[in-house]
Amino acid sequence: MFADYSLAELGSIFVMQGFAGLILFSVFVLMALGLAIIFGQMGVINMAHGEFMILGAYVTYFTSQFFLHFLPSLFNIYFFVAMILAFFASGALGMAVEWLMIRRLYKRPLDTLLATWGLSLILQQVYRSVFGPREVGVELPNWMMGSLALTDTIEVQINGLFVMGLTIAITIAVALLMYKSAWGKQVRAVVQNRVMAGAVGINTEQIDRNTFGLGCGIAGVAGSAFTMIGSTGPTSGQLYIVDTFLVVVFGGAQSLLGTIASAFTISQAQSTMEFFLSGSMAKVLTLLGVVIILMLRPQGLFVIKVRR
Amino acid sequence: MTIPAPKSGRTFFLRPQDVIGILALAILLLVVLPLALDNFRLQFVGKYLTYAFVALGLVLCWGYAGILSLGQGVFFGLGGYCMAMYLKLQASSVENTKIQSTPGIPDFMDWNQITSLPWFWEPFRSFGFTSLAVIVVPALFALLLGYALFKRRVGGVYFAIITQALAAIMTILIVGQQGYTGGINGITDLRSLHGWDIRTDSAKTILYFVCVGLLLGCILLAYYVKSSKLGRILVAMRDKEDRVRFSGYDVSSFKIFVFCLAASLSAIGGAMFTLQVGFMSPSFVGIVPSIEMVIYTAVGGRLSILGAIYGTLLVNWAKTSFSESFPELWLFGLGGLFIAVVLIFPNGLAGLWQTYVAPRLGPLFGGGAKRRAAPPASGPVAPAAAE
Repeated sequence: MFADYSLAELGSIFVMQGFAGLILFSVFVLMALGLAIIFGQMGVINMAHGEFMILGAYVTYFTSQFFLHFLPSLFNIYFFVAMILAFFASGALGMAVEWLMIRRLYKRPLDTLLATWGLSLILQQVYRSVFGPREVGVELPNWMMGSLALTDTIEVQINGLFVMGLTIAITIAVALLMYKSAWGKQVRAVVQNRVMAGAVGINTEQIDRNTFGLGCGIAGVAGSAFTMIGSTGPTSGQLYIVDTFLVVVFGGAQSLLGTIASAFTISQAQSTMEFFLSGSMAKVLTLLGVVIILMLRPQGLFVIKVRR
Repeated sequence: MTIPAPKSGRTFFLRPQDVIGILALAILLLVVLPLALDNFRLQFVGKYLTYAFVALGLVLCWGYAGILSLGQGVFFGLGGYCMAMYLKLQASSVENTKIQSTPGIPDFMDWNQITSLPWFWEPFRSFGFTSLAVIVVPALFALLLGYALFKRRVGGVYFAIITQALAAIMTILIVGQQGYTGGINGITDLRSLHGWDIRTDSAKTILYFVCVGLLLGCILLAYYVKSSKLGRILVAMRDKEDRVRFSGYDVSSFKIFVFCLAASLSAIGGAMFTLQVGFMSPSFVGIVPSIEMVIYTAVGGRLSILGAIYGTLLVNWAKTSFSESFPELWLFGLGGLFIAVVLIFPNGLAGLWQTYVAPRLGPLFGGGAKRRAAPPASGPVAPAAAE
C-alpha cells in the first residue's frame, strides 16, 4: 500500500495524518481527563459523559450567537468566555446529578453504568426537544481560520493548533490541581482510603461531589473545544463515549499520564491507518488492537499501586 | 440476595411454585395471547419474545453469576446473521437472480462487484449446518473472549466496557464490509425456509408457536442450571469470589461456561428474530440494542427467570406503543426506567411481586408465601398486550 507514493510524499502524509490524529487526540484527552477523574478516582462509570460534553458545546454555540448579535466588537474573544461558562454549566449539572443519583450508588459500579446510561438518554432527548435535532456549528473568529503552510506539501489548520494548545494547558492545570494542590491531595486521600480520610477530618461527601463536578466541568470545556473542529448535535456525545472509555481503561484507570499516552496511541493509530484503509476498517483495527492488548494486560498501560 | 439451601432428598429440579409459574406463562403465550390478539399484534409479541432469549441469558450471566455483558447484541446478531445467510442463499437461487451479472449470489454482493460466493458463506447452504452454527458460533466466540478475559481475572466494570467495545467493533465491521454482510441495510428480502414460504400469515403464526416452544425449553434449561450445583457455585462466586476460589473451584471456568450459555441463548433468539421478522441488520447488534437488552432483564428482575420474560414483553410493548403515539416521550421513559430500576426497585418486577403481591396471595394458595423469585402475575402484562 506504500508503493504508490514517493518517500517525500509519504513523509508529508504521515505528518498531515499525524496532525489530524493530534486533533482527535485533543478531543480524546479532554474527554478522557474528565472521565479519568470520575472513573479512575471515584470508580463511577459515567455513561452520560458525552452528554456533559455536548452541553458545553451548546453553551459555546449560544455564547457565540450572543456575541455575534449583541457584542460583535468582542467576537474575537467570545471563545474564552464560552469556555468558562461551559465549565460551570456542565460542572453544576454534574454536581446536581451526583447529589440526586450517583451518591446513592458508590458501592454498585455496574448500576451507575445503567443509571447514567438512562441519564444520557434523557439528556439527549432534552437537547433534541430544546435545541432541535439539527446539528449546529459555531462561527470561528477570524484569527482562528486558515492554515499555516510549513512546507510545500504540509499545512496545518490554526483552529487545530489552538485546540491542541488548549488541551495542553488544561492537562497541565488538572495535573497541578490533582498532584500539587491541597484539594487534590484530599481527593487522592479519599480514593486511597475513604474511612481513614474521613477520620482525619476530610469531608468525603463534599470531595466526591466536587470531584464529580470537576470531571463534568472538564467535559464541558472539551465540548467547547469540540465546537472548533466539528458541529454539535444531540447525539454527538454518544459517538465518543466508548472510545473514551477504552482510552481511560487502556491507559490504566488511575493514571493521568497513562490516559494521555493511550489517547495518543489510539488517535495516532486510527488516523494514520485511516489514510491507507477505509475509515471503518481503521477504527475496527484500532479498537480490536486495544481490546487484545487489554486481554494481555488487563490493568492497562500504566499502573499506580493503590492500597485498598 | 441469597438462595436458600435445597431441601435434602429433592430430586426434581423445579419447585411446585416454579411449575405453576411456567404453566401460567405457557398458557398466557400459547392460549391467551393468540386468542386475544390479531395476527399483526401477535407477530409483535413473537418479535419481543426473541429478545426474551437474550434476557434469559442475562439472568443467568448477570443476575446469578454477576457478569454484566454489554455485548449480548453481538451474540444475538451472530445467531441472526447465521440464519439470515442461510435464508438469503435460499432466496438467491440462479433462477431468482438471473438478472444479476453473477447469478446465484445474494443481490447485495452483486451490487458490490463481488463475483463469487465468499468461502464462509458456502457452508450456510445446508440447514443442518446453519442450525448448528446458530448455537456453536456464538458459543465459540464467547469461549474465546471468556477464556482470554476471565482467566486473567478481568471482571466487573472492565468486562462490561470491553464487551461494549466489541459491540461497537462488530457494528462498524458489519457496516464497513458491505459486500460480505449487506452493510447498514443488513440482509433483507428473505423468503423461504427449505421451500416453505415464511412470509405468509400462517407461516408467521407457526413460527410464533415454534418460538414460544423454544423459549419454554430454554426456560426449563435455565431452571435446571439454576438449581444444579453449578448454579449454586455461580451465586456463591458472585457474592464472594475469593472464598469460592480458595475452596478449590476454578472460578474462571464457571464464568466461561455461563457466558457461553448466555451467548447461545441470545443467538437462538437472534435466529428466531430473523425467521419471524424476515431480515437482520446491524441495528440489532450495536451498543444501544445491547444495553437495551440489559434493561429488559433489569425491569423484569435480574434474579428471576420468568420475570425477565415479562420484563421484556412489558418494556417492548411500552416502546412500541409510546413510539407510536408519543415518540418524544419514549426516550424520557426509557431513560427514567434505567434510573428507576437502579435506584428504586433493583430487583425489578419480580422483586415487587415478591414484596407486595406474593404475601397476599399466600393464604389463597396454602402457604406459598415464601416463594422466591416468583414471576409477576399476568396482571400487569395481559392488559398491556391486549391494548
